[in-house]
Amino acid sequence: MAASKTRTSSFSRNLSSVSSPQTPPGVKCGPNGTFFVSSGIPDLDKILGGGFPLGSLVMVMEDAEAPHHMLLLRNFMSQGLVHNQPLLYASASKDPRGFLGTLPGPSSTKDDKSRNHDVSEQEKGLRIAWQYKKYFSDNQQIDGSRDGKQEFCNDFDLRKPLERHFFSGQRVDCVSIKESSNLNALHNRFSSFLAQFPRNEGSISCAGRIAIQSLCSPQCEFSNKDWDMLSFIRFLKSMLRSANAVAVITFPPSLLSSSFCKRWQHMSDILLSVRAIPDEDKELGQLLTGYQDMVGFLNVHKVSRINTQVPVILEATTFSIKLHRRRFLVLECLNQAPIDGSSGSSYGTSASCSGSSKTSAIDF
Amino acid sequence: MDQRSSNLLEEAIGLDNHHRHQAEDAAAAAEWPLSLKVVLIEDSVETSGSFVLHHLIKRALSPQSSNVIIFLAFSQPFSHYDRLLRKLGCNLAAQRDSGRFFFFDMLQLQSPGRNEGKTSDGGFCELYRRIQKTIASLPEKYKKQVTVMIDDVSLMEVAAFGSSQHVLDFLRYCHTLTSEFGCSFVALNHEDIYSSMESPTFLLELEYLADVLIKAEPLATGLAADVHGQLTVLNRGICNPTGSFVSKIRNFHFRVKENTVDYFYPGSRT
Repeated sequence: MAASKTRTSSFSRNLSSVSSPQTPPGVKCGPNGTFFVSSGIPDLDKILGGGFPLGSLVMVMEDAEAPHHMLLLRNFMSQGLVHNQPLLYASASKDPRGFLGTLPGPSSTKDDKSRNHDVSEQEKGLRIAWQYKKYFSDNQQIDGSRDGKQEFCNDFDLRKPLERHFFSGQRVDCVSIKESSNLNALHNRFSSFLAQFPRNEGSISCAGRIAIQSLCSPQCEFSNKDWDMLSFIRFLKSMLRSANAVAVITFPPSLLSSSFCKRWQHMSDILLSVRAIPDEDKELGQLLTGYQDMVGFLNVHKVSRINTQVPVILEATTFSIKLHRRRFLVLECLNQAPIDGSSGSSYGTSASCSGSSKTSAIDF
Repeated sequence: MDQRSSNLLEEAIGLDNHHRHQAEDAAAAAEWPLSLKVVLIEDSVETSGSFVLHHLIKRALSPQSSNVIIFLAFSQPFSHYDRLLRKLGCNLAAQRDSGRFFFFDMLQLQSPGRNEGKTSDGGFCELYRRIQKTIASLPEKYKKQVTVMIDDVSLMEVAAFGSSQHVLDFLRYCHTLTSEFGCSFVALNHEDIYSSMESPTFLLELEYLADVLIKAEPLATGLAADVHGQLTVLNRGICNPTGSFVSKIRNFHFRVKENTVDYFYPGSRT
């Protein structure tokens, strides 16, 4: 972006961010001359320091046995549609358009901020929280630099389908990657999609979103051509760098050989992984508070480093995915349950924590 | 103290010896200690080693040295490096205009392996010729002080559709440049890609070529806010007073900041 400005001092960043606050709805300025779009999950935006930066490639490593990556993908797609951002969705299913019917809709503003992490809280408590609602939204306005009406990030109600009018327009493109035997067709499709969002000095007219579900799934004929897929991802990344768009790719790492899996991971700007939690893991249940509400874990392996060399070190890299009131997706840091007072048990539990292989993957 | 600790990396690579020349004339001071050498930087998904590359760019383009960089960018566009190096105090765009920084945007390079019939490696041959031409057209005072940098080698493999032989050939050709023109050669690669392979020929070949090997690894205890990882620097080409070559291993921690990187020995930070 700043490439053509030859002689500018190091103060130019502030200048440009001041002079170009006219971002379209759903896009906000970030540090280092980046622009963010929302992931569709408010907590994930917060974790990543604002959202997904435009021009980045987000990869989600799937749990082979559970569809948790779909939660992230759906919210990401819904958020884009709500902001009227063009969307390109590719999956290995026969009818990818059918997937749009399963997208969650934004919750009505009445429920919106009443979200309270404690389910058992009484109605009264909720009402108090409501009275502070305006202050909450004020705060968001400051860091979100959004234009009064449309929020940067909506809360999506997983039980409410997205209204049809959001995706009936022509701005949604669906591709089945099952049909194409090689990636050349996809290549062209993606480059023509991304050509809509050229990046030019400062101003952003529109941001695009690409969602690819299970790129290396065995249904695709090219799934055994490792190098083809890699060079496709490389191509996609290089296109993204010069476009105002974000791509999310989910893939099952177990289907790739470990060295290729590493290559894929190196390609990503933001790397996440999801994992389901076993149904009745008593040991884990004792260890973590709110275990019954959890549906899985989210790991953040890599946070984008566009235009900077400083790595982002998060306080925690493992988060629990919870469904709040079975409607809203919430990410929380893991909280270790207080150990009950019975003598000697504290040592016992901590020993079992470090001893079991299952929990050792989780950092607190 | 701070000044010295920030130079642990330079010390380990052998970049710090310019103070020896301070008393001598400017030409000697400008001599690039890395010339004729191959530097290989290895990193992993958890810890990026690109900051070492950035440091070397900054160092090579600093006003004291008269180095020219030919940069083959496979992973990031120019704007990324420009913004980043500006924070480090080096204006890449200006250096590019003044002919000291040659940026080859290789993001879109696709070797013709895509059309199966051809086996020739047109993409890299072409690239090599471009590099050669660039060096040949340099003014005489710069000719002996060229650094070729690659970010990163694993993406070259992808561009070549996995024929690492082509990449190796290219790298060997580049290596000959070091003897022909007195260039230095810096490459970044990701080590963990090869760690699961039984015989990582490609990585071993690269490491064999390298005179200086820099490994960026995460701390065994996980990432922390004040220690971002550890660097292991293996410097093979140190000439000791008796005239024989010895290799030297240095190990220290680092913390990356926007405008500098702190290097320190383990435990020397409270």
